[in-house]
Amino acid sequence: MTLAEPQKTKVRVNEADFNAGDEIALLQTNNQEDGAVVTFTGRVRKQNEGQQVTGLFLEHYPAMTTLSLNRIIDNARAKWQINKVVVIHRVGQLNLGDNIVFVGVTSAHRGDAFAAAEFIMDYLKIEAPFWKKETRTDGEVWIDAKQSDKDKAITW
Amino acid sequence: MLTVLFFARLREQLGQASVHIAIAENATVEQVLTQLKEEHPNWQPYLSANHILAALNQQIVAKDAMVSAGDELAFFPPVTGG
Repeated sequence: MTLAEPQKTKVRVNEADFNAGDEIALLQTNNQEDGAVVTFTGRVRKQNEGQQVTGLFLEHYPAMTTLSLNRIIDNARAKWQINKVVVIHRVGQLNLGDNIVFVGVTSAHRGDAFAAAEFIMDYLKIEAPFWKKETRTDGEVWIDAKQSDKDKAITW
Repeated sequence: MLTVLFFARLREQLGQASVHIAIAENATVEQVLTQLKEEHPNWQPYLSANHILAALNQQIVAKDAMVSAGDELAFFPPVTGG
């Protein structure tokens, strides 16, 4: 039996907003080992595929979402020397400029932190069961998955 | 009984979020799809789409995966989060 590792992974999926600054503070608290903190924040933008977007609804598969995100994080941990990981994904109705997703990774050095954060984000895009429905000036539209996202993820 | 869930655009196209069906022993995901299309002919075009993904007990699987009574099988379009 080994002693339980301190909690190094935080995954949260719900409607609540997040504050990237608070999450960075959490990644850095009681952490003198890691010289690198890399974060990504995804937000709702007002133009997509040339269309004016007025809002976004995010559906998910509740029983699977956190499992899927944890699997992606485990795969990143197997590839790079990383320490703390935070992944937050919002669901429900979102407005222009709202936060959607946060990925934060700490590591001793920047290379592993950059790579792992991008890997987690790339696989989140093609594996985690979330679906976006955009509200546009001319109605509601389910967003189609992009082949470019799939092509990018498989390069890892 | 098998619980089958549908999400996002597929859920809207089929007009429902879930069904409970009796399945044969040693059935595959593909056979469940065929059974659903036979029981609901109007679902045919939506469930026949190549891009539809299957998750068995919350893990993405190929269409030849075996399903058992009590499992949770979900079908959904390619994901678009992030």
